[in-house]
Amino acid sequence: SKKMQRRQSSKTPTQPLQVHHKNQTDLSAWRKGGRIDPEKSVQNHQSPNDQKNDSKQDSLEQALSYFEKVQDRVSLKKNNILQKHLTTVETIALQRGLPPEGFDVLLNVALSGKLADTVNTRLLKSLVPASVIPETSVVSSVSWLCVSKCSDNVQLLFLRWLITVFDFIDRKEQLHALYGFFFSFLQDEKMCPYVCHLLYLLTRKQSVKPFRIRRLLDLQAKMGMQPHLQALLSLYKLFCPELVTINLPGKMKTYFKNSEGPWKAAINTVRQRNQENSPVSKPLLLGTAQPQSRKRKWNTQLIIPASSTNKNNLEEDREKNHVDLYSMNESFPVEQLQTFSQLLQNIHHLEFPSQMGSVLTNPLLLHYMNCIKDESIYLRLYYWMGQTLQEECTWCVADNNQYEEEFKDFLETVYKTECFLQEGFSSCEVFLYKSLPLWDGFCCRSQILRLVSWIPLSSFSEMKSHLYDPLAQLFFTSSLYFKCSVLESLKELLQNWLNWHVIHLDSESDSEVHSLNTTLSGLVNVVAELIHFVGWISTVALHLENNPTFLLYFILDFYETVCDMYLRYNLPLLIMPPAGVFYPALLSMDSVSLNQLCYIMYRYRTNLVAAKENELSKKKILQFKFSSQTYQEYNQYIIAMVGCLWTSSAFQKDVHPQGLHMDDELLKKTTVQEFKTSFNIVYHPAMMGYAVLFLQQAWPDDTTFNFSLIKKWNWYLEYLYAQGLKGLKVFIESSINRVSQAS
Amino acid sequence: DPQRTAFLLRKQWTLYSVTPLYRFSNARLRDYARLLSAFIAAEKQKGLAVEIGVELDIKVAVSSLPDLKGSDQDQAAILVQLSSRSPASPKNSEEKLIWSGWFCCVSGDDLSENVPEDFTCLPLFLANGAESYTSIVGSWFQKTFDCCFRRLAISPLHLSWMAAMWTGCKVDKTACAMELVFSVPHLPQPLDISYAIHPEDAKALWDTVQKTPGEITQEEVDVFMDCLYSHFHRHFKIHLSATKLVKVSTAIASAHCDGIIKFLQSQYLTGVLMLLTELAISQIQ
Repeated sequence: SKKMQRRQSSKTPTQPLQVHHKNQTDLSAWRKGGRIDPEKSVQNHQSPNDQKNDSKQDSLEQALSYFEKVQDRVSLKKNNILQKHLTTVETIALQRGLPPEGFDVLLNVALSGKLADTVNTRLLKSLVPASVIPETSVVSSVSWLCVSKCSDNVQLLFLRWLITVFDFIDRKEQLHALYGFFFSFLQDEKMCPYVCHLLYLLTRKQSVKPFRIRRLLDLQAKMGMQPHLQALLSLYKLFCPELVTINLPGKMKTYFKNSEGPWKAAINTVRQRNQENSPVSKPLLLGTAQPQSRKRKWNTQLIIPASSTNKNNLEEDREKNHVDLYSMNESFPVEQLQTFSQLLQNIHHLEFPSQMGSVLTNPLLLHYMNCIKDESIYLRLYYWMGQTLQEECTWCVADNNQYEEEFKDFLETVYKTECFLQEGFSSCEVFLYKSLPLWDGFCCRSQILRLVSWIPLSSFSEMKSHLYDPLAQLFFTSSLYFKCSVLESLKELLQNWLNWHVIHLDSESDSEVHSLNTTLSGLVNVVAELIHFVGWISTVALHLENNPTFLLYFILDFYETVCDMYLRYNLPLLIMPPAGVFYPALLSMDSVSLNQLCYIMYRYRTNLVAAKENELSKKKILQFKFSSQTYQEYNQYIIAMVGCLWTSSAFQKDVHPQGLHMDDELLKKTTVQEFKTSFNIVYHPAMMGYAVLFLQQAWPDDTTFNFSLIKKWNWYLEYLYAQGLKGLKVFIESSINRVSQAS
Repeated sequence: DPQRTAFLLRKQWTLYSVTPLYRFSNARLRDYARLLSAFIAAEKQKGLAVEIGVELDIKVAVSSLPDLKGSDQDQAAILVQLSSRSPASPKNSEEKLIWSGWFCCVSGDDLSENVPEDFTCLPLFLANGAESYTSIVGSWFQKTFDCCFRRLAISPLHLSWMAAMWTGCKVDKTACAMELVFSVPHLPQPLDISYAIHPEDAKALWDTVQKTPGEITQEEVDVFMDCLYSHFHRHFKIHLSATKLVKVSTAIASAHCDGIIKFLQSQYLTGVLMLLTELAISQIQ
């Protein structure tokens, strides 16, 4: 195989310098980036590209070998060999990065002071890792640092390099053991910022000691406010809030000078080339004061707190640790929680932040909240959110109206959280009940209406006085657009309740006690109350607004959910729309509404038939039956619809008390000719447009609009279905017994 | 013991409601004092770290006031005091009290009965001193115990209750006049009307209104105030019912609608606190 050939070739005596066997194998493995397909490599063996790689490989091995054995004080200017090898290392490093074995050799030579600073600098600048950096090479470099053979500039460059490549170091155990060494370098004023940064990367809870804090505070006293010291001290505070505290000013953005140096670009290039998931350095996350747009009172709660560790608990931990120093149940600071995998790894020792309100802007903690069902979590959130909503409400509190935008954002955040958790907050419910009677229906409109859709379902309903009454007052006195928005949010409210019901039906088998001890009959009553309320306001609104299609669309959209509750949500409840909704839809001027009504009536039929079948089979004792009144109402509507659209007998056969029934005498007085057929699928005002187009296609020569030509309804129906009237299709196919259909 | 709460009298206290404190422990008041004093130092010199436990310019004392209780279920009140040490002569020099605040709960069973163990109910907070300190101390409590502070205003309705209740209380002979302050709304310049009544006259009026001693109804309070209003109208032709009651001062205490109170009689301290606790609870529930 190829690997074998390489090994042989490097052993040939013509090779000027020998390399360790171990390195060699590793190097070839590195060069190919892992497994080698033997066949492919044989085929490609002679390709020029491969040969080029081979030669590069050789020259890097030679260079490393040279630097390993290089003697003191070799001058760069006079020594061509040194120049050659240095260039080789630089070129390969920048193009492909260096293999793990290279670091030991190059760091040793660069920090030992054997060569001139220009060479050392160039060597350090080319230390770009291809994969990982062995910890041992870093540890031995630190020992070079301690004997200070190298110049200050080289030391600084090394530290900057170490910070940049920190995440590429394969292990960090021994490095952690050197914490004290690094800490002692803080004394050097030039190194101090970089040492702070390095310590920031290395610090764990056990690194924070009172004597170190005192040392840092001495430095702070000597040097004043320094961002790098602030950052390190903030981290100390995070781990040991009982030992030190610091409140950072809000403006600060960067805490460490740009230490990425010359390597960052090269690392990115190599990473892209290797296309591996190399570690990505994490951004700093410090507990800075949040940016405030304006000066506000200190106890304003509208600013959602940042997630910060519960200090209160940490201290208790410390007390426990006095007893058990090696206790493993240390909690994971929430400030460090940044990825979903971190959440999974630390979920057993994660603590909620000191202020629960901060979960609102932290999706990871919301996931966690979903897993932990603890009463105190909800209670903390309840108090915070309740107080915030009341205190910041722009229409309940005087002088707050200038902050409407902020309040909107807050309500938006709360709503998004509810969507995420698929659960309404009781503090929001209380807030809505308190503030709706004072609401003008304009301020934060869409946010408030969205929050309405998440009002939790509770067994004992105070909805009428708290929600329906104030909402109805606004509804009747506001614009068409507002009416549609209210209907939309009530539809979502209904769907959220129904979803809640379905989920709890599933979990009921686990015999968990409901958090809301809702009985099925209680639930049915609350849902029925909502549907009746919507039926009532819809009827009045259609009257007030003179039956606009736009409004009718939102009303029928609501009933699309209602008509399917039995089959889709397993709720033993079906409520027919009131006549004030049904007839305006049936006689609508618009085919969209009529089509929607047809679909809804079809779904009612499907649900009622299924209920009847269940009832008849009596396999299980049914707790709930639909009342005969529901069937009766459905039948009345069906008679009216079939009479209108199909049999042209609506005025004779409609038996609904609020229906279309009229005496022939009265109808004759209207002097309308052919009144009987005036609402069938040809003459219905919503359908006439289709009828005209159909006539033009079927009888292009006829210009008299003679609708009586449409005699064979089969063709006409096919035409209507093709126009997208799917609701009409399912309705006619299910509810009309067509003799001709068989032929 | 009236001696131990005497220092609460004759000072203006600004009222706040506070939601239950999460994981507050009476056994750790010393720790809280250390942490709070470092927090204050860090807050005053933002950006500089402060070691916890060292002597700082501002000394914090957190202590318990077990006397201020209504029922057995009430938590002991908590007193927070800030005093400054002069940096010139650190040891032995007099410490000067610069700010104090206290949390209390007097007969707050409505709240404390319904809250799990992890929570401590001290719904009423009273502060005296610069608002900048109230802000720092309040922020620390909010951050540490996940609670919310809100200013507690007193509505004119509650002020009239206080006027009636305090009129009926017995005090020594040298009692000062009862004073009601009304503010006239919707004027370009603010106009306040002060209405002072001799305490014995007020008491005589209240005695004719109150039907059952020890019990007060809303109706009685309304009648009492209406009598005062009609008396005023007879003399000055001004309808006080059209104005807003903003302040009530009696020998027992004085209360301002902005949520400021001054206690004057130690024997009625808990009585007044009970009413204020009730108001605080209704604001947080």
